[in-house]
Amino acid sequence: MPDRVEVRKTYKLYLGGEFVRSESGRSYQPAADVNIPRGSRKDLRDAVRVARGAFAGWAGKTAMNRGQVLYRAAEMLDGRRQQFIAELGGGRRAGREVDAAVEAFIWYAGWTDKLAQVAGTVNPVAGPYFNFTIPEPTGVVGVVAPDEPALAGLVLRIAPALAGGNTVVALASEKSPLPALTLGEVLATSDFPPGVVNVLTGFRKELLPWLASHMDVNAIDASGCSREELTAVEEAAAANVKRVVKPNGRRARLTPQAVTDLMEMKTVWHPIGV
Amino acid sequence: MALTKRRDTALAKQSFDYAPAPEAVDHVKIADRYGLFIGGKFVEPKSGKHFPTINPATEAVLSHVAEALAADVDRAVEAASRAQQSWGRLSPSRRARYILRISRILQERARELAVVETMDGGKPIKESRDVDIPLAAAHFFYYGGWADKLEWAFPNRSPRPIGVCGQVIPWNFPLLMLAWKIAPALAAGNTVVLKPAETTPLTALLFAEICQQAELPPGVVNIITGAGKTGSLLVQHPDVRKVAFTGSTEVGKLIQRSTAGSGKRLTLELGGKAANVVFDDAPLDQAVEGIVNGIYFNQGHVCCAGSRLLVQESVAGALLEKLRRRVDTLRLGDPLDKNTDIGAINSKAQLEKIEGLVESGREEGAEIYQPPCELPAKGFWFPPTIFTGVSQSHRIAREEIFGPVLSVLTFRTPAEAVEKANNTPYGLSAGVWTEKGSRILWMTQQLRAGVVWANTYNRFDPTSPFGGYKESGFGREGGLHGLIPYLELN
Repeated sequence: MPDRVEVRKTYKLYLGGEFVRSESGRSYQPAADVNIPRGSRKDLRDAVRVARGAFAGWAGKTAMNRGQVLYRAAEMLDGRRQQFIAELGGGRRAGREVDAAVEAFIWYAGWTDKLAQVAGTVNPVAGPYFNFTIPEPTGVVGVVAPDEPALAGLVLRIAPALAGGNTVVALASEKSPLPALTLGEVLATSDFPPGVVNVLTGFRKELLPWLASHMDVNAIDASGCSREELTAVEEAAAANVKRVVKPNGRRARLTPQAVTDLMEMKTVWHPIGV
Repeated sequence: MALTKRRDTALAKQSFDYAPAPEAVDHVKIADRYGLFIGGKFVEPKSGKHFPTINPATEAVLSHVAEALAADVDRAVEAASRAQQSWGRLSPSRRARYILRISRILQERARELAVVETMDGGKPIKESRDVDIPLAAAHFFYYGGWADKLEWAFPNRSPRPIGVCGQVIPWNFPLLMLAWKIAPALAAGNTVVLKPAETTPLTALLFAEICQQAELPPGVVNIITGAGKTGSLLVQHPDVRKVAFTGSTEVGKLIQRSTAGSGKRLTLELGGKAANVVFDDAPLDQAVEGIVNGIYFNQGHVCCAGSRLLVQESVAGALLEKLRRRVDTLRLGDPLDKNTDIGAINSKAQLEKIEGLVESGREEGAEIYQPPCELPAKGFWFPPTIFTGVSQSHRIAREEIFGPVLSVLTFRTPAEAVEKANNTPYGLSAGVWTEKGSRILWMTQQLRAGVVWANTYNRFDPTSPFGGYKESGFGREGGLHGLIPYLELN
């Protein structure tokens, strides 16, 4: 008999700021000892709905405030460093991956109140008008996490989307969903308003087509998709002219382009006169 | 439905008493037949097919243009691919000089281009003369200047050309849309194959002559004519690395679907159903001018047209009275007449689409107002139209009409205005009229649209990025942002 019986955790979806089981009641076992919720089309629909509901509030926060929340996510993640290293299989490589994820939250937190100064412009039009262009969030963004690296790959996608003021519905890696679900706990304690970021687990083929074709999703970061998946995603995305971020054959890296890829440029004109 | 008759038609009558002031056409030479412009030369189409292009104001045939089919598209893309090698490697300052040369020739031949644009498309000469052609020249001048400054525009990102661009443009601003497409593409070091709309190919073919005059290296710009089939062959050609399309949302979606999985870069500038929002403190006379410019400019054939007027209830009566009075003074007729405000509808098909949607407005119970005005016997015409009593569910409030038809809705609070303005799958443009500065800035934040005009409408400039949110497309044209779709960046 072991002298201590471990209290095991029930893994749940992170949806609307809460930890819930799949409405379908199903689970799957990527490893022998864990039951992972097998999210359904309805879970996805619920996630998009809460993400849409959270959009105006998150986009309307000051850039500084969004930066503070993202920075807090870095703090929470760093605080659980050992747990994540264990979930990623341990070792130095896992440590480097957690550090990369922490760094991503910090780096993109810093962009929230700087991006408009780098990506925006004042335009010298040939007439008596004041004219400027600023980046604005595109709306609800679907994020497809790569299988590898399971944690950093996800964080490097959701952090720029959130920094830009979008709300996110993320599909975790089907093969390695644990770090994504634990990341939900980090996000839940980082002052993100409920619904701003949602994490679903389950079978890619059950969820991806609905995420790609959902009429209330504005953009999809498909960089975690395989070639075949990408073609199907791009086809489905055309239903509502979704923006599609395509894989570029490289690992995600820190770049402000990851933020602007999920932003719209708004141009405003006003006459100048007395 | 009732056609609301205004009591005092005296003013309206008076306004139509203008002496004819037709623009001369004798300096314009339009060939009977045009081939395809491929590799710096006009060549006969391998398809062996030509089709007529007409003047929509008279229905007279102006010329016959070639229809490019698969073999022709192949040939054009091949010419562009060949030219890409040397054009992309040409020193940027030399590339700039070619583009600037084109800009100057456009200015030198402005009168000719304006007349042909008006004859082929039906738009009033004062618009092609004062807006389309000068802006097209300005676009080339602006982007010509960027060609040797890309490293400063995108520091640390090693800007490089993408390759052959396949560009498909609409019939509402033929030469201007050509400029929006070709100028940034060439500045970035790409070569292009461009297909103008089938109803308005002529200024693009004149532009081909201008490329010859500018001694632009052969194959850098290729112009192929044809309809939807030609466009589809072009965007699906495997050697086209970048696709740019301006046109309807319906076709934009087809293109997005057909390029899926191809790895091609894509930008889409699609339809719109813009809200033009007038608050009770707005200067009403200025607002009326903005509303008229917003919806009747270019017969409403404008993707960013202010086709939904949202007016605050307390001033709706006064504003509509002024608006009707102003619309009564609009002069509809010969597009070549310098006094004409509203020219011909671009094509029979477009006229039928407008008529169908206007009919639906009547059937769904909106009230129609059209000023007393005579429509010419020949050609395609539609009078300026105002629908009041429009509800959000009406087709005329939801669908892009692309004609001189305004749908008027009312609101009480700013929040309601925002809600209604954003209640559309489109998001290209919007207008706001108010004297209150804080409200302008709040509204411009709230409106989900790529271009917001405050106390003005339908202004365009090469330095000013243009493009949509949501189903109005993605990517920007104009300004620094307009270079991004044409560059590979680290």
